[in-house]
Amino acid sequence: MVKNIVAKLKKEKLAGRSGSGFPTWLKWQLVKKEKAEKKFIICNGSEGEPGTFKDGFILQNYPNEVIEGIKIALEFLNNSTAYIYLRKDYYKRFGYKLKKLARNPAINIVKKQGGYLSGEETAICEAIEGKVALPRPKPPYPTQKGLWGYPTLVNNVETFYWVAKIAKNEYKNQRFFSISGDIKNPGVFQLPEKWTIKKVLQETKNIPNSDFFVQAGGGAAGEILLPNQLNRQIKGIATIIVFNRKKTDLFQLMKKWNNFFLRENCDKCTPCREGAFRIGEMLQKKKLDNKTLKDLFFVLDTTSLCPLGKIMVNPFKSLIENLL
Amino acid sequence: MKKGNFYIFINGKKIKARKGQTILEAARKNNIEIPTLCYHPDLKEKASCRVCVVEIKGKNRLVTSCSTKVQEGMEILTNSKRVKKARKINLELLFSQHKEECYDCVWQNNCQLLELAKKYKTIINRFEDRKTNYPVYQFGPAIIFDSSKCIDCRNCVEICEKQGVGFLEVKETKDHHLFKVAPRKDRVCVYCGQCLVHCPAGAFEGVGEFEEIEKPLNEKNKIVVVQFAPSIRTSIGEEFGMAYGEVVTGKIAAVLKKLGFDKVFDTSVGADFTTTEESKEIIERIKSNKNLPSLTSCCPAWVRYIEYYYPEFIHNLTTVRSPQVILGGLIKTYWAKKKRINPKNIVVVSIMPCIAKKYEITRPELKIKGLKPVDYVLTTRELARLIKRKKINFKKIKPKKLDNIFGNPSGAGVIYGASGGVMESAFRTTYEILTKKTLKRIDFKPVRGMKGIKKAEIKINGKVRKIAVVNGLGNAKKLLEEIKKNPKEKYTCIEVMACPGGCIGGGGQPIPTSEEIRKKRAESLYTIDKKKYIRKAHENPIVRKIYQEFLLKQSAIAHSVLHTSYSKKTKEKIRELK
Repeated sequence: MVKNIVAKLKKEKLAGRSGSGFPTWLKWQLVKKEKAEKKFIICNGSEGEPGTFKDGFILQNYPNEVIEGIKIALEFLNNSTAYIYLRKDYYKRFGYKLKKLARNPAINIVKKQGGYLSGEETAICEAIEGKVALPRPKPPYPTQKGLWGYPTLVNNVETFYWVAKIAKNEYKNQRFFSISGDIKNPGVFQLPEKWTIKKVLQETKNIPNSDFFVQAGGGAAGEILLPNQLNRQIKGIATIIVFNRKKTDLFQLMKKWNNFFLRENCDKCTPCREGAFRIGEMLQKKKLDNKTLKDLFFVLDTTSLCPLGKIMVNPFKSLIENLL
Repeated sequence: MKKGNFYIFINGKKIKARKGQTILEAARKNNIEIPTLCYHPDLKEKASCRVCVVEIKGKNRLVTSCSTKVQEGMEILTNSKRVKKARKINLELLFSQHKEECYDCVWQNNCQLLELAKKYKTIINRFEDRKTNYPVYQFGPAIIFDSSKCIDCRNCVEICEKQGVGFLEVKETKDHHLFKVAPRKDRVCVYCGQCLVHCPAGAFEGVGEFEEIEKPLNEKNKIVVVQFAPSIRTSIGEEFGMAYGEVVTGKIAAVLKKLGFDKVFDTSVGADFTTTEESKEIIERIKSNKNLPSLTSCCPAWVRYIEYYYPEFIHNLTTVRSPQVILGGLIKTYWAKKKRINPKNIVVVSIMPCIAKKYEITRPELKIKGLKPVDYVLTTRELARLIKRKKINFKKIKPKKLDNIFGNPSGAGVIYGASGGVMESAFRTTYEILTKKTLKRIDFKPVRGMKGIKKAEIKINGKVRKIAVVNGLGNAKKLLEEIKKNPKEKYTCIEVMACPGGCIGGGGQPIPTSEEIRKKRAESLYTIDKKKYIRKAHENPIVRKIYQEFLLKQSAIAHSVLHTSYSKKTKEKIRELK
């Protein structure tokens, strides 16, 4: 058994690698503290954010570490059971392999149900329980009441990988970056988490020769940044997409995002359902009305039911500010 | 302070709150108004319209007050600049999917959407209506669903599911991956109308709710007779700003006469016939031990539910006709003969709390010598609308007496309007016939109240008999499944009303509705009963007289007036009007 795992996680300041950045040690401690006859662990391999493929890369290359991380959690939480929740293609590619590697009946492999939203932690609980995979209201948080109402630890595939590394004292404050777009050298890179976006692109030899812009933090949720705005660390998930400024049709790009949100949102709450629709309508007409957009962003940001509506604002707002 | 109680602050005011309460509940308890649309006390909170949002000091995101629980010391702003702005924009978005047809809408006089639009300076046509081309469906002869008015709160889907019907569902469209509410082809609607009374946007209405209500008044050279259901007398006042549950029997009679109806009768008298005949049938079934449990059949939505979803129980339904149908039949046979009127020249109109009653009168097996016992059904709402159109001041009108010979019911006939009323009436009569003793404790409390399934045991002639009273079809489904699973659990009698609380919560009743409102409507019915000298159906002199003079003497015609038949129903095509 790994001794003082929480202290170690705390010392290394490991933060959730899904993009939320929640301190991992705190989450582990919260679940530990809950009194319950059993507990659950979910390894989130739903990786639904466009342009993001680092979890797939880790499952392909380092499945042992991921399993190791889950096993540490299983030991840490009394009477616990684990689920690895994999998006459909990962389930097909890695499901069998993971089950074999795990050699532990307490580790189960589950196929993702539904789309983008079903990768949200409470939606995963619904999915594993056999219900429609849509987010639950929070609180209660999964750490309090998750799977079947029991305290549940939900961490990303990459987080479990780093837990295993930290347990072996092999952690060097790195993270996995998914880099793609109009570049020479796309792929997944394991780099210091403190590096700025600029440094990441430089060191991976991905700074284009011609004028460009990037979307950082996810292919749907990420914000648009200009070359002079790259001296900062990435916010959210470590996904960078590089665009050739001349060649990119901005309306086409925005339509692509809009389509994504229209397809993936659940249509329950007014701002997200109608907001996404009205943004799409404006894009179709190629006529962006600033006042209306501002109003839509306001209600999306402050009143949408789940985070999806809120994150919808990022790409549009930053693109319009920077490029239009 | 009591354990679990603490203080919160709403708009700077210190307020006592209780752990587990939502912000909305705490606010309303202290008379602080927060607007809501999708919130309905009968349903789970969905927090989807985002109109009840409030600000919590120090937080960037607003929260929905219907779903957020209070916490000690919470500082809440219900009317800040940001809150008002958010409500205004969200209302504009709601209006962008709602085709306004305010001139014929069930919310015509108390539309929450419009009220909020005014309050928050909403530009209701800021966006083009995106649902203009959405379909309008008609469900049988009862309900119209105009999906171009739907604001996607999904209350109708939830209540339909809760009713155990599941006819309405959320479907993904090809149009921008948007979802919409639509009927399912593999289920049938039973016309209970609960979708209508739970829709905040007026997307549902009764068939003819606006266009056909004056038709009965235009029947020339006919004797137009009107009857009104028990539950109307404690609900229609709401339409004219009177208190929930106010008893207005005499006013209804006066208003109906003023509208020009030739005779005003009481469906509660019909109920007395139903009770008397049903008791006879129950006694027969007990003696022969056949077709038990006996299921009530006054509620046409429930009958349709059995005929389509549980046909294996058809033989359990009592064959006795519902009160409006019996009374209609008696009017066109016994009364017509007495008055020497050709029944073909009589038009019977029923004022009902119910949309399914519009369907009931179309059932072909009800005809007597080729004539329908009832020609028109108007709902409580429709009568209220007619009164308003004719500019009659309901509140001020002087009460009048109902007409002979069907104007004076027993107390038992009046409580038919509340869940448990049919059972209580049947009990009062059956007990006396079976035991040949006078029932001393007339009130039969275990079957009263709003509980979904009420079970009781009665001792008659030394034998304990189980009975159950159900309101809400979803509860009926539960009980039927229970019976199927456990056939040893033997009930003698089961009363089912499709709507919550019985007819007082019917689909034709004034909106809004809630348990609190339904309770008041029901309580008043029991008060009427309590004040009545005759409280047992079989003791009603007119019941005795007509049985002796007519029903017991002419058994063939009596049977066609008092009894009906049922058959298994199959899927039907859903009509698209647009």
